[in-house]
This record gives sequence, structure tokens and C-alpha cells, in this order.
Amino acid sequence: MFEKALTGSRRYWVWVFILLSIIGVGFIAYMRQYTYGLGITGMNRDVSWGFYIGQFTFLVGVAAAAVMVVLPYYLHNYKKYGRITVLAEFLAVPSVIMCLLFIFVDLGQPFRIMNVILHPTPNSVMFWDAVVLSGYLLLNILVGWTVLGAERKEVPPPKWIKPFIYIAIAWAPSIHIVTAFLYSGLPGRHLWLTAIMAARFLASAFASGPALIIIISLIVRRFTNFDPGREAIQTLGKTITYTMILNVLFLGFELFTGLYSNIPGHMHPFQYLYAGLEGHGKLVPMMWISSILAVIALILLINPKTRRNESTLAVAAVVVFTSLWIDKGFGLVVGGFIPNPLERVTEYWPTIPETLITLGVWAIGFLILTLLYKVAVSVKEEVVYDKYGEKQVKLFK
Amino acid sequence: MYNSRNIIIGLIIFAAFVTFPFYNNFGKAVTKPDPKLDTPEIQKFPENERRCVEPKEFMKAGHMQLLNGWRDSVVRYGNRIYVNDAGKEFEISLQNTCMKCHSNKKKFCDECHNYAAVKPYCWKCHIEPKEKET
Amino acid sequence: MSINRREFLKIAGISTVAGIGAPWAINEILNRGVEAARVLPGLEALVAKRWAMVIDTRKFRTADDYKRVMDACHRIHNVPDIENPKHEVKWIWTDTFEHAFPGQEHKYMPEDIKHKPFLLLCNHCERPMCVRVCPTKATFKREDGIVMMDMHRCIGCRFCMAACPFGARSFNWRDPRPFIKEENKEFPTRMIGVVEKCTLCYERLAKGLKPACVEESNGGLIFGDLGDPNSEVRKILSSTYTIRRKPELGTEPSVYYIIGGNENV
Repeated sequence: MFEKALTGSRRYWVWVFILLSIIGVGFIAYMRQYTYGLGITGMNRDVSWGFYIGQFTFLVGVAAAAVMVVLPYYLHNYKKYGRITVLAEFLAVPSVIMCLLFIFVDLGQPFRIMNVILHPTPNSVMFWDAVVLSGYLLLNILVGWTVLGAERKEVPPPKWIKPFIYIAIAWAPSIHIVTAFLYSGLPGRHLWLTAIMAARFLASAFASGPALIIIISLIVRRFTNFDPGREAIQTLGKTITYTMILNVLFLGFELFTGLYSNIPGHMHPFQYLYAGLEGHGKLVPMMWISSILAVIALILLINPKTRRNESTLAVAAVVVFTSLWIDKGFGLVVGGFIPNPLERVTEYWPTIPETLITLGVWAIGFLILTLLYKVAVSVKEEVVYDKYGEKQVKLFK
Repeated sequence: MYNSRNIIIGLIIFAAFVTFPFYNNFGKAVTKPDPKLDTPEIQKFPENERRCVEPKEFMKAGHMQLLNGWRDSVVRYGNRIYVNDAGKEFEISLQNTCMKCHSNKKKFCDECHNYAAVKPYCWKCHIEPKEKET
Repeated sequence: MSINRREFLKIAGISTVAGIGAPWAINEILNRGVEAARVLPGLEALVAKRWAMVIDTRKFRTADDYKRVMDACHRIHNVPDIENPKHEVKWIWTDTFEHAFPGQEHKYMPEDIKHKPFLLLCNHCERPMCVRVCPTKATFKREDGIVMMDMHRCIGCRFCMAACPFGARSFNWRDPRPFIKEENKEFPTRMIGVVEKCTLCYERLAKGLKPACVEESNGGLIFGDLGDPNSEVRKILSSTYTIRRKPELGTEPSVYYIIGGNENV
């Protein structure tokens, strides 16, 4: 099937070339980081994780979100998702790859990464995170590829794939729960030491991931012949409505406990993020943008008129994604380090090489996404009818 | 054969990739290594006491395993004394034992390592002995 | 044709796996050969059930009292002197009361204690969080309670830095060597991308010497075995009121502080 990714329109190749150039720039920046050390980034002794780990955390959520499509389809036989399950699975694959790459570029000694496997350490959450992430990656490649291959031959998927599908469904939340445990088990990091962390992670994941699937579905429909289906997109809109409400609620719970209890350690990170602490407030504008976007998203999503309108739904999806990206990819990780264990404030802001490397990793993700989607969409364009006999292309070529 | 163009291009890229070590090292003049044991520190010993911690043949083939074992012994298990088969004791230390005798790192370590194109990272942390430029 | 190709791919796959696995297997076989020889701890090594330290802050009065102790540590361990606080590496340093013991300060405490520097270092916790989170066992707890670093194994993920509630860990954000003024040739430096911290002078204990900071402290730092009821540290702990940093987190620090101002020695 892969040969389908090797032929394409001029537009397809221009897009691939743009991604490759961004990857190239990111790679050069990474070579500099590799020789100079991580001091080339904005990270420091006090804020020892930054943009990279933030992106990792956010993308684990995007990867896990495939389950929001796969679960209704396979467990509740929600037929409208039949066409897009493979899009969700193929979104999970580059997301997990990006997660692993962000971990890799964040390591001080990246070529020792195999030490995690050579010296397995079950008491470390990081070890389990590596296990669940690689497992999830393999499951999604296996399931997505097999089911798409069956669709291409216009036969039902083989029976042996079923158990893997069910395992993948159960596995998806685990990757995000374990990632939340990276943070929520650490004493002395008040912003993170909260039992609701895993729940909040899941809520934000199940909002940002499906939001991205909506955006991508609309793009796919615009630029290819494949139609993911209006109703599937609408149902995803409902999903992100509920999960976004939950996410905002959970954040509200955190703010209440932190601020009402009046415990200084619990208040400080929130003060730093939303008001500034001891005259330091680099993240304040970002956090308020995130909050305002969250409110706009809720207005657009809860109001049935704007949710049913695909243009406003698209805006809502972009807004949800951006709001959560700021909140999780930036605020949550950096905020946890401020103030430091000695109650001093050192700030963090990504540097240019750090940003280029980050963009490079995202470009690798989008390249893999593009190739996988090219295959999936080409298959679907050829097959013309989905397995329920409905036309899944807009027009015949 | 269909798709022959893609296959041939793919094969050329693959072959170029696989043979990289060969042409990368091609034409680089590498003389046969000839590690020397004639440091002043070793010369000080009487002829019959010029013995390394283990026999020369073992050290030649297995010094990396020995050093790995030494490393874990000191860092992880706190055992700093090495007893060899002859019952002789040595302090386990790359900097303070090995290199005190083999003070000619360039001749003793680097020559072989360069020849074999291996780059052990020992010296990124362990301080090498001062040598006169030759 | 298609079946042949499939079989070819299968064989290719299997050989790839074998090719990746073979060096590992060969290494395993070679490693077994070395175990025959014996290793021992040094005869004169200082041993303990659990090492601990009492910091008698009353004995630290002048800037020099602190400097002597900190310099001794940083000099013999080749700790780089990086001025940029963002990339700083430190094994033992000072901070004021409200930062050393956050939450314990109040407005009306004696001025001399409020402004006095307190020595800070790795607490060598009984239940160290850094050890719990390390994915490679690069940081681990020795039987005598020392929380050790294996710089050879550290992958530089910095999970331990996030986990340590005492800010005791430093990362090598850049090559430390240019920042070491005078190298101690008996001790290694560190390389880019690994985490380091106080190791309670494990290399000196092995030779029967107390930690460098203790030796330079003129009795301000008292070092001993918590497992021995007759040790000096146990005697002090049972007779003098001492506090520890963030005891509420349950990591059980092994560094105790006698708090006192400058006048009442």
C-alpha cells in the first residue's frame, strides 16, 4: 500500500518538500544542541524541563484521543465513525513518534537512551511510560494498517485483529494516565501533586485530540476526494464539547483548592501563571490567552447553532486545540517548576534553537501524518463505497 | 519489472548508505598501531616487576570488560580494591592506577582506538595525564 | 513471485533482529570472563549503617567559615564555577532561612537568623525520591545510606531534578571543563548532559577520610553513623533540638540542623 505515498499531485510534493526543509533546519539546530549541550535552550537549573517535555505531554494526549473515535465504532457499533477510524489511528502513530522524539531531544545523553531497557527500573514511572508508549505505537500501526489493507481489498478485516483493537482501546487511556503520573507523584511540586492530574490530562486529551481530527477531516475533505462524513464530524464536535467542559471544570477545581485553601505552596504556581510572582510574569499573557480561548471555545461549542455550522465548528476546534496546547504544552510543565524548591523564582522562555528543534519534530510528525493519510485517503478514493455501502468520495474522477 | 526507476534509485541510496563506513574512511592513512610500554613510570620498575594488573594478552583483548567491571565495582558497590590471580592488590582507578603507569595516553590508548575507529568516552570525564607534545 | 518476496522479507527481518542482538550476546559472554577475579572494599574504609550529618549553624559566623567549606568540596570534586545562575553547578551552597526552610519563617524571628546563610547540600534521604524516579538506576542508594550518582549511566532525563524537593541536583547544561579553574587530577570531571550532586565524599570515605566539608568546618559539621547509638551525631541528636528540611514530605533527610544566631555559641 505504501507506494500510494510515492505518487501525488504537485501540491502534495510541495507540501512534503516544505516539511522536509523544516526538518532539515531543525536537524541543524539539533546538531548544535548536541555539541553545545542543552544550555542552548532556555531551560536551567530551576526550570529543568521546558518546551520539549511540554510538547511530549501534550502529544501523548493527542495520541490517546484516537480512542474517542475507535471506541464508539468498535464497542458501540457507531457506524458513522467507520470511515475515520483509520484517520484516528494514523493520527496516533505520528503523535507517539513525536512524543518519543521530544523525549530524545530532551535527553542530555541521547545515545544512552537504551539504558532504560538495559537497566529496567519498574519503580520509575518513566520506564512504564516508555513501555506503554512503544506498545501503543505498535498497536496503532498494526491495527490501522491491517484494517486499511482489508478495506482496500474490499473484504472484512481479519478476525485475529479484533483482540488487538480491544487492547488498543484499553491501552489508550493508560498512556496518558502514566504520563500524568510522571508529574502527580512528585512531592514538593505543588502544582503537579494532585490526584486529579490524570483525570485532567484525559479530559484535555479527549478535547484536543478530537479537535485535531475535526480540523484534519475538514482539510482532507477540502483537498482530496475523500469525505469523512458530515455526521462523524458533528459527533466529534459533541465529544469535544463535553470533554472541554470537563477540562475547564477540572482546572476550576484545581484553582479552587489551590487558592481557597490559602496554602502558600499551592497558591504560588497559580499566582505565577495567572498574575505573576515577585515581579516575574513571562507566562501571564499566554495563560490568559489560553483562558480566553477556552471561554470562546465553550461559547461556540455549547451553542447548537455554532456547533452545527461547520465553519464555526472548525474555528472552535482550532481554538480548543490552541488553548489546550498553551495550557499543557507550556503552562503546566513550566509552572510546576516555579517557584523552585527553595521558593525562588527563575523564569523560562524557549530560545530560537529550541524553537527550531521543536518545529523540526512537529514537521517530522506532520510528514509521517501526511504519508499515512496519503495512503489511507488514496485507498478510500479507490474503494469509493465505505463498508456500509455509502459513498465516501465526493465525485468520481 | 514495474516501478524499476524507484527500485533502482532506492537500491542506490541503500548501497550508498550501507557502504558509508568504507568510503568515509577510505584514503585515510592509518599506520598500524604500535602501543608503547616505555613510559618513565614503567621503566622505574625492575624488569621482573613490570606487570599489569592482568596478563598482557588478557588486557589486550579484554581491557574494556575489565574497566566496565571496575567501574561498577567502585561506583555501584563501593569495592575499590582489585585482587588479581597472583593475589596482588590494586586500587581500582582509571586515573590513579592505570594512567599512573601508562602515562602515554596518546601512544598507549589513542593509537589503537583511532585505528579501530572506536571512540570511548572515558576522557570526557576522567582526566588524562599531561603529556609532552611529540 | 509474491510468496517468494514475502519469504525474502521474513528472512530479512529475522536476520536484522539477529544482527542487532548478536553484539549484545557476545558482550554478555565476554563479561562473564572477568568475574573470576575478586574485588574488595578498602581495609581502612569508613563504614556505617547510615551516614548522617549535623550542621551546627552556630559555629558558622564569618563569610570565610562558609567559603572554606564550600571551596574544599568544589575544588576536590572538580565542580565547575559557572557564573550564569541558570547553568550553575553546585554541590554545597548557602541560602537564607526562609529559602532553606520554606514555611518555617515568620516576621518576628531574630534578625541574625533571618539573614544568616545556611549550608545546603544533598540530604541523602532515607527514602530518596530521585532514586525512585530514575529510569536507569543511575542514581541509587548505597547500603550505608549515601545517595550515589553513576555518571556513566545517566541519560540526562532530569526526572531526578524534578523529583528532588531540595534543589540539590545540578545538570551539566554545557561542557563543564572550561569552567574548572584548577583540576584535581585524582578525581574525574563530568561531561555534558549528566546530572550531578554531592556524593558525601564516597571516594574519601573509602580511604578512611571524612568528607572534605566536614574536615574544613572546624567542628561546624559533624559526621557520623545514625545506626550507632554511641556515635557523635546520635549523641547530639538526642541532646540538642535539631530540625530538617521539609520533613513533612517523608523523604527522611539525613542532614540535621542546629539553628542558632551569631551571639550564643
